Amino acid sequence: MKKLQGIAASNGIAIAKAYRLEHPDLTVEKQTIENPAEQVSRFQQALAKAKEELKAIQAHALKELGEDKAAIFSAHLLVLSDPELVQAVEQKIEQERVNAEFALHDVASMFIAMFEAMDNEYMKERAADIRDVTKRVLAHLLGVTISNPSMITEEVIIVGEDLTPSDTAQLNRKYVKGFTTDIGGRTSHSAIMARSMEIPAVVGTKEATATIQNGDIVIIDGLDGEVIVNPTEEIIAQYEQKRAAFAAQKAEWAKLVHEQTMTKDGHHVELAANIGTPNDVEGVLANGAEGIGLYRTEFLYMGRSELPTEEEQFEAYKTVLEKMEGKPVVVRTLDIGGDKELPYLDLPKEMNPFLGFRAIRLCLDMQEMFRTQLRALLRASVYGNLKVMFPMIATLDEFRQAKAILLEEKEKLVAEGVPVSDEIEVGMMVEIPAAAVLADQFAKEVDFFSIGTNDLIQYTMASDRMNERVSYLYQPYNPAILRLIYNVIEAAHKEGKWVGMCGEMAGEQLAVPILLAFGLDEFSMSATSILRVRSQLKKLSKQEAEQVKNHILSFSTAEEVVRFVKETFHV
Amino acid sequence: MQKTFQVTAESGIHARPATMLVQTASKFDSDIQLEYNGKKVNLKSIMGVMSLGIPQGAQITISAEGSDAADAMNALTETLAKEGLAQ
Repeated sequence: MKKLQGIAASNGIAIAKAYRLEHPDLTVEKQTIENPAEQVSRFQQALAKAKEELKAIQAHALKELGEDKAAIFSAHLLVLSDPELVQAVEQKIEQERVNAEFALHDVASMFIAMFEAMDNEYMKERAADIRDVTKRVLAHLLGVTISNPSMITEEVIIVGEDLTPSDTAQLNRKYVKGFTTDIGGRTSHSAIMARSMEIPAVVGTKEATATIQNGDIVIIDGLDGEVIVNPTEEIIAQYEQKRAAFAAQKAEWAKLVHEQTMTKDGHHVELAANIGTPNDVEGVLANGAEGIGLYRTEFLYMGRSELPTEEEQFEAYKTVLEKMEGKPVVVRTLDIGGDKELPYLDLPKEMNPFLGFRAIRLCLDMQEMFRTQLRALLRASVYGNLKVMFPMIATLDEFRQAKAILLEEKEKLVAEGVPVSDEIEVGMMVEIPAAAVLADQFAKEVDFFSIGTNDLIQYTMASDRMNERVSYLYQPYNPAILRLIYNVIEAAHKEGKWVGMCGEMAGEQLAVPILLAFGLDEFSMSATSILRVRSQLKKLSKQEAEQVKNHILSFSTAEEVVRFVKETFHV
Repeated sequence: MQKTFQVTAESGIHARPATMLVQTASKFDSDIQLEYNGKKVNLKSIMGVMSLGIPQGAQITISAEGSDAADAMNALTETLAKEGLAQ
């Protein structure tokens, strides 16, 4: 038995067999062979097996991810049937008397080099497709396994160095009970995915892949951030109990699904959910959210090779708005750049991507792309209660420009006779300190603010949240951060505008009483946190919280704030 | 037999349209070639088709030879038209 400590990224307890996400060694050796017919037949068998695998993956992707994402596998299948590829490999085996592995590797490398040499980013990416499919055939020839997480058919815990978006896209929610990774933090992609899939996860264990073997029994404790490898019967029983207790608490919270969020003294705040795709709406409704406080539209643009069309975007936005049946849906326009890249835009590498050409800065420059998104949003607006917000606003001028473009597109649509709602609120994210400080001026022109704490904290503390050595500076409860948040809320309320928060902080147990004291109107978080926060708010009094507001704002360190809040609100 | 088309699709013949053309061509026994910009490739080869990098506005020529050449040409013409790729 071994215990690993990591970061609790998604709550709950899972106990299952380990499944390692492997990236095996596919090095090929050249061999001279006697019997070419035998090698050709080996090649054909490997091809057939790879095709079978791909067809299964395609069928699965079609069912779980939609036609759009499954389309790439049709192209992959065609590569395996490509007469140019197949004939070239067979000829090489026959004429040069080399083994199938070497012939395939050699021919594929030639095609890869040809695509990589093309003067077109899109074509360069096709090289990756060819590499992907040939890997699959090579693995069969070499008799090694490459992981096909989409094909898992028993309950497992996924173990990997890190999980990429394409890894997680392949995970089947029915069988994947939890996961653990070597690297990552609470805001890394894998952690966000775990919460949206509602499965327990512990990230940043440093040594999960070095410790855990396929088939080991693993306990993921997403409540305390622990991973236990090959536990004793006794420990398993103990964790089964903990799992049952957590399930019971969840059942208790579940009773609050249809209740309004109300404090002990009858004050209502809105609890909303953060989503990335229309599929997430199911979880949002199941957890009783009163709206969507952040719809991250960048997922529509990621994991593909060209920009999504207006029609595709329109369908996605319409679906979300319709499913929410008139409840507010705050859509954030494209927030790309920084840690989120789109290879097909072919943007140059930057020294400081988080301070660089990203989000609204990029959209105001690449207006055609921005206008396409805005048109899709405007057209979808008649299907529900749409609110639009712009990310990374630093100056009033940026907000004015973005809003003017939105209004231009609206006028064009109206002139074309396309129905557009007249009630779309237009707001902005507050994540740059400059905007937080100048909130009183912004408040005159926006309909609402949404505070993005992850970036606001990293920019205010000048601390890269991807850099573990300065992670101690990621301090949500630093008085400087709290004063900025309070300043934004006060400024908005003076102008009669509302304020939401869509960063991780809005769902933190410690933050809830502070934000209630400050007068935050909307708390937006992972759907799975909503019922817990609703239950917490039921026991809090807005009036009592307000009484200690000035006291909270008067502290000089984060530690003092945390100690005071813990004592006062029994968190 | 051969036929010339003008590509109208905004992003040219990229992955998805190329996939559809190759799928259609592969249903026939005839030898089918695609020519663009002086380069000729097997229309049953996805990598061949994509390697041409055919943009919007391009002139492309499809030629088919074999027992079902006419049927193949009709099917390909229909695919190009139906998907709004070329005319």
